[in-house]
Amino acid sequence: MSHGPSASAGAIIRSGHHDDAPYEPVFVGEAKVRLDELVKRYPRKVGALLPALWMVQEARGWVSEAGMAEVAAQLDVTPAYVKGVVTFYTMYNQHPVGKYLIQVCTTTPCHVCGAEDVVRAFLDQTGCGELGVTSEDGRYTVIEVECLGACGFATPVMVNSDFLESVSADRVADVLGRYR
Amino acid sequence: MGYPYKPHASETLVLSTHFGDPEARTLKGWKDRGGYRALETALGMDPAAIIGVIKESGLRGRGGAGFPTGLKWSFMKPDDGKPHYLCCNADESEPGTFKDREIMRWTPHALIEGCAIGAYAIGAETCYIYIRGEFTEPLQRMEDALAEARAAGIVGRNAMGTGKTINVWVHKGAGAYICGEETALMNSIEGKRGNPRIKPPFPAVAGVFGMPTTINNVETLTAVPHILNQGGAWYKNFARSDNPKSTGTKLWSVCGNIARPGNYEMVMGFPFGEFLRDICGGALPGRELRAIIPGGSSVPIINMEEADRALMDYEGMAAVGTMLGSAGCIVIDNAQSIPRQVARLARFYAHESCAQCTQCREGTAWTTKILERIVAGNGTAEDLDTLLDVADDMTGKTICVLSDSCAVPVVSALQRFRGDFEALITKKTVHTVPVVVS
Ligand SMILES: Cc1cc2nc3c(=O)[nH]c(=O)nc-3n(C[C@H](O)[C@H](O)[C@H](O)COP(=O)(O)O)c2cc1C
Ligand code: SF4
Ligand code: FES
Repeated sequence: MSHGPSASAGAIIRSGHHDDAPYEPVFVGEAKVRLDELVKRYPRKVGALLPALWMVQEARGWVSEAGMAEVAAQLDVTPAYVKGVVTFYTMYNQHPVGKYLIQVCTTTPCHVCGAEDVVRAFLDQTGCGELGVTSEDGRYTVIEVECLGACGFATPVMVNSDFLESVSADRVADVLGRYR
Repeated sequence: MGYPYKPHASETLVLSTHFGDPEARTLKGWKDRGGYRALETALGMDPAAIIGVIKESGLRGRGGAGFPTGLKWSFMKPDDGKPHYLCCNADESEPGTFKDREIMRWTPHALIEGCAIGAYAIGAETCYIYIRGEFTEPLQRMEDALAEARAAGIVGRNAMGTGKTINVWVHKGAGAYICGEETALMNSIEGKRGNPRIKPPFPAVAGVFGMPTTINNVETLTAVPHILNQGGAWYKNFARSDNPKSTGTKLWSVCGNIARPGNYEMVMGFPFGEFLRDICGGALPGRELRAIIPGGSSVPIINMEEADRALMDYEGMAAVGTMLGSAGCIVIDNAQSIPRQVARLARFYAHESCAQCTQCREGTAWTTKILERIVAGNGTAEDLDTLLDVADDMTGKTICVLSDSCAVPVVSALQRFRGDFEALITKKTVHTVPVVVS
């Protein structure tokens, strides 16, 4: 959230992740048609803000300042307004993340089932070492996340949009083998 | 059913009958199982009559507060000339709770049917289902089912050929526990930061986009078609004879240190001790159950003596000093450090505070800091009193109850397990068994 240790705001960027390339608009062609459809679902255009930001993140992997400006122009709000919204929600990446963003739940129900060992195993085996740091090869970023709403399947882990259940420390090597 | 396990003989399956059955996910499969009959009936009824049936059933909100659903619906004034909205709360981020996820994964059409009936009953042409962004699979299931329902003319411009408009849209959240709070959820649908609003005005007067709005939990709305099919009296029968205030069945999500974690559908008023020990399998081998948070992380933590006496309904939980809440039951055994787990919960609330209110922003942060200091072995004799002082400042003084929710586990744990905290402060060992979770 806004003042807490936000997942993406805390991400530390290493080599090879700079935003130098010219910005390519997301809302062209089919994407623009989709956005126009989404806008119709709300009595005010800005209702489509969260979905529009999702579209940017799906296309680019994160939401850059230029991405926010594009969304702002599409929905007739200011870029500052969009930034205010983006920074509120933890799932919008405000920095590029590794090819695989790994989110491990460590809230109490998972904590009592050993979630911290799962986090440790991911940090060790990805080479990230620390939470929020992208591995040297740009492949992995590991973060802790609050309750994923699957507490009976401790420990749930998200790898990008894949939702994995019942990940124990000894299954971590196996999981990473599927995301190379 | 105790999904992922086979249903236990003591469960009463209504909402969870088709959990684990992939065929129930499709429109055809759902119709074969009696789906959309209730919507057809409802669309032929007067909205007030539908609300009457829901009132008669005694159904109460399953999102945490337990507010009577029929009464809530009756706050929506027909013919006020304004567009009305229904919001379905599928944010499910209260630690310990994972039932709405199963409803959406296995019976998406059941939820759509409940939403459509609810929307019609309150005079809304639009329903938004607000699903947390992390629920990628449930979200896809809902989108797939909605596409089928739209194509079949069940929802949309001319719902079931009645000429009525009932649009149902999914709105995807983006990571924020606070968006489960009803007014924060509405702001989030409006494309705003998810800050809760000051009430009044209440949602039924000025909700999403400033219009009259009703908000209901996924499980609440999913119960509605069953009630319409079988009648309010039928639903009301699932209750203790000495307590008609809690009716129907309830999905219990059970997690933590328990032999068989999962979702269980129980009649209201079932004995809690029997439930935990026999149906959920009791403690893990070689361990003992020690503490229970029965209704999601925001309700008071109780000890096993209290749990064994409790009955599983709103009043039964209140009788032992806790709440039914969302029925997200967190089980903690004797291998855990209770202060450590309470500190972790405080950290959750500190992370999720939207930071509008000083008492909440500062209170959640300081509570976490003090608890983590105690757990690290650096606590002082005054710390426990300070925690209670801070908790008092955090209770009943803020825009929403997230602040209170952080104080609740702290105060209740200090009431029941104070010795564990004191032992840490005086540097004595907490338990005879080693703490297994590092
Ligand atoms: C901080 C906070 C978080 C909440 N999270 C949820 C949630 O994730 N899901 C939910 O259904 N209700 C949640 N609620 C309760 C809602 O505000 C609201 O009471 C509920 O959705 C109403 O539906 P019902 O009457 O069907 O229970 C939350 C409340 C608060 C204060
Ligand atoms: S109590 Fe906390 S979460 Fe609720 S509005 Fe105030 S600061 Fe935000
Ligand atoms: S606490 Fe980990 S999923 Fe809920």
